[in-house]
Amino acid sequence: MPKEIVEVPIPGKIISVEVKPGDKVKEGDTLCVLESMKMENPIVAPVDGTITEVKVTADQVVKPGETIAVIEY
Amino acid sequence: MFGLFETGFAGFTWGNGVMVAVGSAFLYLGIAKKMEPLLLVPIGFGIVLINLPLGGLMECIVEGKVVEAYAIGGEPAALLSRVFHYGLIWEFIPCFIFLGLGAMTDFGPLIANPKTLLLGAGAQFGVYFAFFMALLLGFNINEAASIGIIGGADGPTTIFLTNRLAPHLIGVTAVAAYTYMAMVPIIQPPVIKALTTKKERAIYMKPQLRPVSAREKIMFPVIGAIIIILLVPKCAPLMGMFMFGNLLKECGVTDRLADTAANAFMNILTILLGLSVGAFMSAETFLKPECLMVFGLGIAAFAGSTFFGVILAKFMNLFLKEKINPMIGAAGVSAVPMSARVVQRMGQQANPRNFLLMHAMGPNVAGVIGTAVAAGMFLSILGG
Repeated sequence: MPKEIVEVPIPGKIISVEVKPGDKVKEGDTLCVLESMKMENPIVAPVDGTITEVKVTADQVVKPGETIAVIEY
Repeated sequence: MFGLFETGFAGFTWGNGVMVAVGSAFLYLGIAKKMEPLLLVPIGFGIVLINLPLGGLMECIVEGKVVEAYAIGGEPAALLSRVFHYGLIWEFIPCFIFLGLGAMTDFGPLIANPKTLLLGAGAQFGVYFAFFMALLLGFNINEAASIGIIGGADGPTTIFLTNRLAPHLIGVTAVAAYTYMAMVPIIQPPVIKALTTKKERAIYMKPQLRPVSAREKIMFPVIGAIIIILLVPKCAPLMGMFMFGNLLKECGVTDRLADTAANAFMNILTILLGLSVGAFMSAETFLKPECLMVFGLGIAAFAGSTFFGVILAKFMNLFLKEKINPMIGAAGVSAVPMSARVVQRMGQQANPRNFLLMHAMGPNVAGVIGTAVAAGMFLSILGG
């Protein structure tokens, strides 16, 4: 099945992770919240599918390009 | 004999009641709805306090007599009138708030994509649009400039310019500017949606901009200050403080100063500014047709700035190979970072793959420069 890799868009810190492997998500559902530039930014699912991997945890400092989650659709 | 006439009840008018309700509404929006609480809570409480009669918080001495409301040209004689006079009229607070803002601002997105400076400039057309509308409605040229600058969505710049050109309007323009800044998430989206198609709102922009070096970030505030102030000298108090604050942040050797400027210093100034601006809004000052017209024009100024920012972005797309998402033009309204957040959210709604925040921050911070330059130009032309 095709996979969508959701990556970190800007440097920041993960405040919370809203999904775990096995969860079904719809396009637009929040995967995690990234704090950057003193703002909380939800990272949303670009497709409907099932979460197969979650590579970040709360309080983790992340850089652009790092994988947040993998969605199978 | 102590009776009803010594209490505030005797002097409490329907106007005071309306303004206490307005102040309470600000408190509700700030606390319950979490709309820019750092601004709305102090302003709201200031409005409530000043509309409780005989409190004397804004007393002034005019020609030897004590008057209850702040009077331009009078000598402040009470807690909040002194803060208002020495903080706002003496320009201490708006200029040093700009220092703190500079210490919180990251010019990286603007340096990485310099054409977004044009979008910051484009949004300033809303300032001139409101300026001309104010003239048509009968305000004089100085008042019109002070009303127009509300469209720049910059509280300190609004206070700075109004103090020089039309000090009698300082309370209403400041409250209008801060109120509408807090309402950016309500005002901007309908304007943006009216000007763009879903396809345009979904235009994808790669989230990462080119890396910006530390040297570039250090040179920007220095060279920027020199060029801008040489071009528009009257914006020196605002631009000078803004760029100085940014230099403290970026030079890497004054972290203690930058931390204080961006945090403790800003918080102190925000408390004093909010309370004193709110305290200027007594029923006698605010409930007049001209003040209500200023509020109406303020929203036109905001909507106009959003309009022109988006239109300019769409115009730029006619010439760009790699299209920009036209919504980032709306972030030229320099309510930092509220406008950028609006664009980020609307961008994700139109296209969940899009992350426009960094692209929107470029015009957002450029708009701060644009508004200060617009204020400087008004001062140069109108004298103040």
